[in-house]
Amino acid sequence: MNPERNPAPRPSPGPRPGLPAWRIGLAVGAVSAPTAWALAASDEIGRWTIALGIASSVPCALLGCYLVLRRMSLLGDAISHAVLPGIAVGFLLSGALIGPAIILGAMAVGMLTALLTQLLSNLGRVPEDASMGVVFTSLFAVGVLVITNAARDVDLDPGCVLYGLIELAAIDSRPVFGLEVPRSFGAMAFALALTIGFVTLLWKELSLVSFDPALATAVGISATVVHYALMAMVAGVTVAAFEAVGSILVVAMLIVPAATAHLLTDRLPRMLLVASAVAVLSAAVGYRLAVLWNTSVAGMMAVVSGGLFASAVVGSPRHGLLGRAWHRLALSLRIAREDVLARLFRAEEESPSRPVASGSARGWASSAAGRLVGAIALRQLRARDFIRADEVDSVALTGPGRDEARELVRSHRLWESYLSTHFDLPPDHLHDPAERIEHFIGPALRAELSAELDRPDADPHGRAIPPEGTGNG
Amino acid sequence: MTTSASLDRTEAEAKAKDGAPDRPAGPPSSPVLDVHDVTVAYHRKPVLWDVDLTIDRPCLAGIVGPNGAGKSTLIKAILGLVPKASGSVRVFGKPVGAQRRLIGYVPQRESVDWDFPVTVLDVVLMGTYGRLGWFRRPGRAERSWSMECLERVGMAHLADRQIGQLSGGQQQRTFLARALAQRAEVYFMDEPMAGVDAATEAAIFALLRDLKTSGKTVFVVHHDLRTVPEYFDYTILLNMRLIAHGPTATTFSPENLRKAYGGRLAILEAAGEAVRARERSE
Amino acid sequence: MLTYNTLIVLLGTGLLGANAGLVGSYAVLRRRSLTGDALAHAALPGLCLAFLAVGQRSLPAMLAGALLSGVAGVAVISGLIRATRVKEDAAIGIVLSVFFGAGIVLSRVIQNAPGLGNKAGLDSYILGKTAGIIRQDVLLIGGVSAVSLVLIALAYKEFKLTVFDPGFARVQGWPVFWLDLMLMGLIALAVVFGLPMVGVVLMAALLILPGAAARFWTDRLGPMLALASAFGLVTGLAGTAISAHSAGMPAGPIIVLVGSGVFLVSVLSAPRRGVLGRALSAWRFRRELQERKLLRLLFDRAEADRPALRPIDRSAILQGPSGPPRRLAKALDRLIARGDVVEPSGPGGPIVLSDTGMERARAVARGYRLWERFLIEYPEQASAMADLSRESVAEVLPPDVVRELEEALRKSGQWPEDGTGGRSS
Repeated sequence: MNPERNPAPRPSPGPRPGLPAWRIGLAVGAVSAPTAWALAASDEIGRWTIALGIASSVPCALLGCYLVLRRMSLLGDAISHAVLPGIAVGFLLSGALIGPAIILGAMAVGMLTALLTQLLSNLGRVPEDASMGVVFTSLFAVGVLVITNAARDVDLDPGCVLYGLIELAAIDSRPVFGLEVPRSFGAMAFALALTIGFVTLLWKELSLVSFDPALATAVGISATVVHYALMAMVAGVTVAAFEAVGSILVVAMLIVPAATAHLLTDRLPRMLLVASAVAVLSAAVGYRLAVLWNTSVAGMMAVVSGGLFASAVVGSPRHGLLGRAWHRLALSLRIAREDVLARLFRAEEESPSRPVASGSARGWASSAAGRLVGAIALRQLRARDFIRADEVDSVALTGPGRDEARELVRSHRLWESYLSTHFDLPPDHLHDPAERIEHFIGPALRAELSAELDRPDADPHGRAIPPEGTGNG
Repeated sequence: MTTSASLDRTEAEAKAKDGAPDRPAGPPSSPVLDVHDVTVAYHRKPVLWDVDLTIDRPCLAGIVGPNGAGKSTLIKAILGLVPKASGSVRVFGKPVGAQRRLIGYVPQRESVDWDFPVTVLDVVLMGTYGRLGWFRRPGRAERSWSMECLERVGMAHLADRQIGQLSGGQQQRTFLARALAQRAEVYFMDEPMAGVDAATEAAIFALLRDLKTSGKTVFVVHHDLRTVPEYFDYTILLNMRLIAHGPTATTFSPENLRKAYGGRLAILEAAGEAVRARERSE
Repeated sequence: MLTYNTLIVLLGTGLLGANAGLVGSYAVLRRRSLTGDALAHAALPGLCLAFLAVGQRSLPAMLAGALLSGVAGVAVISGLIRATRVKEDAAIGIVLSVFFGAGIVLSRVIQNAPGLGNKAGLDSYILGKTAGIIRQDVLLIGGVSAVSLVLIALAYKEFKLTVFDPGFARVQGWPVFWLDLMLMGLIALAVVFGLPMVGVVLMAALLILPGAAARFWTDRLGPMLALASAFGLVTGLAGTAISAHSAGMPAGPIIVLVGSGVFLVSVLSAPRRGVLGRALSAWRFRRELQERKLLRLLFDRAEADRPALRPIDRSAILQGPSGPPRRLAKALDRLIARGDVVEPSGPGGPIVLSDTGMERARAVARGYRLWERFLIEYPEQASAMADLSRESVAEVLPPDVVRELEEALRKSGQWPEDGTGGRSS
């Protein structure tokens, strides 16, 4: 790739030339269609609820990507629990659940959580998971204590703190430019803007520290500073999202979209985009389903994001279970096909006139991966016109089939020669490795092997190595 | 913040214009590396004792020793990545913290997560981050420079690959390209030739020689005794303490090797072979 | 003043704490502290489903549901780690939050259903309600604790091996999978029975805190288990008592905070593993390292000047690239203060080893040269055996090796003989 042809000055979160338009279209459609449906099917308050959900979950998803990549998801969990005392105290002081003072206070508590966890595991040599557990449960207990005490005097429901009341947040509104805007929307929009600013400004530092903290420290970008800045941001967005979804379900917003995105893409900018898309989808669809079944919006958002994650686990093209199973199947089919071709070629070599019974061809095809795969492989071979079955129940290679087979046998025997020349293996130990590797040797490697071995005519067993095909059939 | 950022930019532009790399900031007489009395202990168990090491002139140095000899630890202690129980390190006469721009580092391949969603080019670009400093983004100059570095390790055609799809050798070359992109004066490489194919090893060696010819100093933790005399003109023999250091011709002797490795036959044979080969070639 | 009700509650929380401490210790040792947390969260949907299925508050059904979905959550975690690129931390977080979300959804469905809502009392599973403990609960917890105790007593050595080195245990032919599952089952039991009392989040604390605290006081499994159970018991009792005596102090958080207090005290003050103790010993170690180094240098000088013992300039010993090394200079001050080094021509002047100092220096030099020799003779053993923190080589090396090394040093004239360089000689 010529750098001049790629004038993008920075890794911008956006499609690259390599991504086909239809896939972008599909992705955009997959996100916008359900979202539009959810918006259209809701009333004014419902739309605001969805907007609140999106504004609170997208920043979580963005920061969550770094948590997941740094294998620090549980620190996000810990922080989201631990900010509770900060919120409680802030609430007691200011009487509001959200505001600059509370966000700042929570950021401080968030950094404190990260710091205490690290101190415990470094100085106290407590295993990291245990130290996290100790810190966040203790802080959480303090928070619950303060809140239950406060709840007697002011209107703060412990349940709301744990699993949020996004439904009520949308109702509590005030007019802005003639539009009724929920009070908490401003804070959430601010958190969203702040997060986007943070990720853009520290893009390079965040990716370096996440990928290779030792190098970052070695070149003078302090991994510690970036780490604590990230933790402070996590605490900030946690608090902003807190009123909507409560302290436990915010964990779902932090981790699930990011983990889903990690299964679906191999580029950091795309990962952030996909995670945001998952967050948007979960908020919109989650709201609609919650209304349908008359249940908790926040819980439903978590469940929907979990469903999206599960579909990614199963269906991700490259890293999903189905995708991998499909790759394995394709590989076994190819190996079965090639085994049949190579065996037929050898049979022809030994006695050109004797026909091969289709029964033994079936046996060869099934030897590696079972009868079903073998049967499919044989059908594919016939469909591609590599072999033909004639009326007396025997199979033979066709012209194109023979060309394919010749290359395989050539690979096999070249490899045997190479092994016997360079590794001093006895002749009876040569066949098995060659049988495995013959499927993966292309023309380039064959040429290299042949040159390395001074263009041999025969393999170590004395059988002829067929010449390279001319490529014209 | 705006003013300081623009100030940075003009500085960088000025630097880019005259094209001269940063010269070592210390006085010209100061040695490349001065390790004074460094002891490193993990939980009271020392892994390096009293290492005193001064490298005066640029060289291509192999750090050699048996398993657990503290080779990687020495590099990490020099770079300040592990705490020292005692001792000090200076690069070109100044503490390491002040000379980060002059230092390149290639960590062990296993130290990072290769599932990380970045491309080969992204990883190489990371090499320029140290020089860019906080907040500034890599621009077109950094991109083309990084491509150039990839070119030098023969990886330019894979620039857009996700790093998880690379072979071990290609991953190592990516790390080397990243080190090149750092435009450092002194490089520290932790086992760059471990677990790579022969072609990559040859490519790495060629690159090391290039670096040396252009006056850089490279420290390489190396595990294959047979290739030491061929690859390195300077040898640092380590086994929890410094056994010997100096030009390979004098340091890489059977006596010193026995001090580092004990009487194990196979190793001494391998090394003896290497020494003989060197003598033949001289 | 101790009413029947208070007694029941005390018994319940005490037993709960003791049992959680016992099985939680294994979770802490197996690095699975947060799996217990995930399990507690994942139990909620099963609880609700069981309630929906039975249609009324039936304790056995709800506990069975909770147990099942909690274990299912743990199974999903290990499946995700094994079959996908999702890492352990993310897997735990995902299961924890998504299962909990599902639990919230179901519990709200129950609450909104006419006629069902008030009977469920599901809220107590989230925040906990110790006051609601009745005699039946105590019996149940007692039963669970007894089961845990008996199982752990029976399979003590098997569990120990599984937790310490599962790979080795598998090779030895132990059914590690089932042993692991059994441990997980014990943890699940403790969690499920604890949920209604202290709630989801605080249950995790009860599992982690006593075990993590006990770890500081002992290096052996048996005492650790006993200690963790005791810590758990005390935590539960004290928390409940405090909460009963003061208004506005719900028992759940108070129990956890008492546990944190126990933990904090352990972290700071446990004699060998505690932070203070270790910081002190590390500080001593560094000082000692510097002193020994100085003594060695002085001894080397004295040996070179044999037979005379000449005072030498401070600067001859204290040199570094940036002036005299601070720590070494301080070590010299300490040696002077102790009388190991004297300044014949007054403070700040040249220095020389005193008789006692010479004796110590000789011991240090002996140790050091033995080590040096050892590294030369047995370099391949170096990383396994070299341990500078011990002054006496004989503590680490077998006596015949020490004799052999000593002999080698004597032959080459490097053995610091008695009287070498001594002041009197």
